[in-house]
Amino acid sequence: MEARVEANRCLYCFDAPCIHACPTGIDVPAFIRKIAGGNEIGAAKTILEANILGASCARICPTKVLCEGACVLHDRDEKPIEIGRLQRHATDFVNDRGIHVLKPPEKKNGKRVAVVGSGPAGLGCAAELAQLGYQVTIFEKSKLPGGLNTYGIAYYKLKPQLSLNEAELVKDLGVEIRCGVEVGRDISGEELQRDFHAVFLGLGLGDGNRLGIDGENLPECLDALDFIEQIHTEPLHEIPVGHQVVVIGGGNTAIDAATQSVRLGAKQVTMVYRRGESQMSAYPFEFEKAKHDSVHFLFDSMPISVIDIDGHVVGIRLARTRMTADGKLVMIPGSEFTHDCDMILKAVGQEKQAEIMRGIFPKIAVGPDGVITRDQLSGATNIPNIFVGGDCANGGREVVNAVGEGKKAAHGIHTFLAGERASLPIQPSRLGVDGSASGCGLHNPIRAHELEAHWKANRSAKNSGAHHG
Amino acid sequence: MADLSVNFAGIRAPNPFWVASGPPSNTAYQTHRAFEAGWGGLIWKTIGTPIVNVSSRYSALDIGGQRMVGFNNIELISDRSPEVNFQEIAEVKKRWPNHAVISSLMCESREQWHEFVRRSEDAGADGIELNYGCPHGMCERGMGSAVGQQPLVAERITRWVMEVAKIPVIVKLTPNITDITAAARAAKRAGANAISLINTINSITNVNLDTFASEPSVRGMSSHGGYCGPAVKPIALNMVQSCAADPEVRMPISGIGGISSWRDAAEFMAFGAGTVQVCTAIMHHGFRIVDDMIEGLNSYLDEKKMRSVDDLCGRAVANVTTWEKLDLNFRQVARINHDTCIGCNLCYIACEDGAHQCIDLLNPDSLGLDLGPGRVPHKHVPKVREDDCVGCNLCTLVCPVDRCITMVEVPTGKPPMTWVEYQAKVASGEMKPLPPHH
Repeated sequence: MEARVEANRCLYCFDAPCIHACPTGIDVPAFIRKIAGGNEIGAAKTILEANILGASCARICPTKVLCEGACVLHDRDEKPIEIGRLQRHATDFVNDRGIHVLKPPEKKNGKRVAVVGSGPAGLGCAAELAQLGYQVTIFEKSKLPGGLNTYGIAYYKLKPQLSLNEAELVKDLGVEIRCGVEVGRDISGEELQRDFHAVFLGLGLGDGNRLGIDGENLPECLDALDFIEQIHTEPLHEIPVGHQVVVIGGGNTAIDAATQSVRLGAKQVTMVYRRGESQMSAYPFEFEKAKHDSVHFLFDSMPISVIDIDGHVVGIRLARTRMTADGKLVMIPGSEFTHDCDMILKAVGQEKQAEIMRGIFPKIAVGPDGVITRDQLSGATNIPNIFVGGDCANGGREVVNAVGEGKKAAHGIHTFLAGERASLPIQPSRLGVDGSASGCGLHNPIRAHELEAHWKANRSAKNSGAHHG
Repeated sequence: MADLSVNFAGIRAPNPFWVASGPPSNTAYQTHRAFEAGWGGLIWKTIGTPIVNVSSRYSALDIGGQRMVGFNNIELISDRSPEVNFQEIAEVKKRWPNHAVISSLMCESREQWHEFVRRSEDAGADGIELNYGCPHGMCERGMGSAVGQQPLVAERITRWVMEVAKIPVIVKLTPNITDITAAARAAKRAGANAISLINTINSITNVNLDTFASEPSVRGMSSHGGYCGPAVKPIALNMVQSCAADPEVRMPISGIGGISSWRDAAEFMAFGAGTVQVCTAIMHHGFRIVDDMIEGLNSYLDEKKMRSVDDLCGRAVANVTTWEKLDLNFRQVARINHDTCIGCNLCYIACEDGAHQCIDLLNPDSLGLDLGPGRVPHKHVPKVREDDCVGCNLCTLVCPVDRCITMVEVPTGKPPMTWVEYQAKVASGEMKPLPPHH
């Protein structure tokens, strides 16, 4: 009932901004209207056809800066539609009842595609290809499929089982997922190219970056992603957590590590970030969440060394930082101080996979930023039958971006293998709009928070009469 | 402060807001509550030979999550004895001497009509309303709408009533008739003092798609019911205006049909209603709604410098005419204010698929709009091609932002010309037939 009330608030925009803001191009007004009319199964179909990870994205998407951030109701001074929750309602509806809304195509086209990595990008690509009639095999080095969604998201946001269910959805489309098979070790790049008509690389990112300070290898100094992975794989009461935890970093993973520490019983959690509050890469609402959890913040501070007694962490040596005139971050001499702690979680980014990629496909072109060079629209690399998407191509963005890039690459592969321009499906709520699918979220997703300042400038210009309609 | 007191066909009341005959006016207890809340009058639930009701009597039409946009009932007239009803009317009149209490009657014979008219008067009722409208149950027994749908029968029965009535008589009209004025004229000919309209409209609100029973379901079966509530207001207004404009009617009108706010009430008054009657809105929210109706009407009358309801009554009647008398040379076009536009494109798709294809989606840069409205920069914005716009209003109706799209008159430089004049001019060769979308 609550869902229906909310769904009824939707204006059912045509060529709706929320579609433009969704990196997988879900026809948001269409699925919301279906919920309003009691057609939850149809709503789930609309969602999952566009985004096979619709259920997990409903939970972990930063909707405030994507679809909900774009909602026109903002401009009517109303609360935006709770698109994420409605998406969750529809996907849970079919999930809870075991209803299969997607069906594999009746005819296969006889072409085979290998997908490396079963994370969001790999699953997004595989699901789209399977629906286009391809025989898809996914190679996954871990024991379980799902990648980040299975191993790396704060537990209270997304339970691993949901991610595994989504991998099952992909399998139901006829995709084979071979877990425990590492490309480059168990099967070579050459073999992939020999046995498949095309290859999609969705390897994600590598291990967490190192701090490069003394004491980093002590047992209580962990990578934040490893810490979060434990929550997904170990009984909660067996996961060691410190009384006083320090989290290094200012991104969303750092926030996840901090808030999870609080939930596991840490008495005091402090986040240490080398720049200021406004430079944090974590979303403002994630930052708020951490503050609600009484997480402390030390801005403009950087780690110098880890202090230990008998090989166990007892504190961290920190120093204040400042920005030089030429924009460099430097330590302020003499500002060093000690902060007591018995656990340190590092969340300072993940390694790029460039070396692994080169190991598999020696000729693949990698940019100076350490990510694979590719065509933005099709995911094509410099090697004709190899395509790429997700974190290993974009350097690390949202799960939903990875799904969208996997999907785009699927159409890139389809165009390549079919030998003709295969265009992305156009959403019913955009039918007939100039520019077809290229204008939709899939190809050029907008991000509401990045545009906020732009709008403000635009609005004030409007108010001063600089623009007239 | 305007004077809200009314003298309706000789019936005086402190204000024009009356409780219509129906479930809210069934008992003295409810009447006390209604008058305490502020209602100026009440038409008692119809008294007749007691009936037996079915259980499961109401159903509703909900739209877009809004409850009871339309309401349907298969409840009959009072199931209590005339003795109890008349006794309670007397009781109420003793306590509320200045409020209008009107007995609603539905009888089976001339003798019974005579008897019930007298008993109403003996009870102290201020007037009598003749129920010729009930579209379910009673009509199967030759009463209710079976009477109202045959003007001659209605006229004869009204004459019976007028033979004995010493208090004002209001004839309540059924809308389930081709020409409402025929029924109103019959009431006039019979000498009735006023008419009230509309009674409920024949309806079935919905079908349960699991059981295939329609609602209200009485052990899986239902019956044609009577429809009312906000959704019927336009139908009621149409009929009230028709009666008010008919020179052969010219009698006080009590307006009924979907009234739930002072604004609704004022619209009925502008179409000639001297009082209004409310039922469904009370069934939805209780008697308390009258507080706002009184305040709202008062403020409105003050704002318009009208001293009483009489000053408002009928003000809009003459502004409705036949289509053939409308000016074909009046032209308006839609204009979108891009400063308040939120970028929903509902105007575009409505015009494109549902009307006359005269709104384009254009790049905001090409319109000098910088990023454009809404929250997606450079997303295409709707713009009316004014030369092609027929001025149909559809875009303004679908636009979710107040006053974002306005209809602007475009001077044609031509004198007014009605359809009748146009026909004459074409026939005489003075002008050629106009092309489509002129």
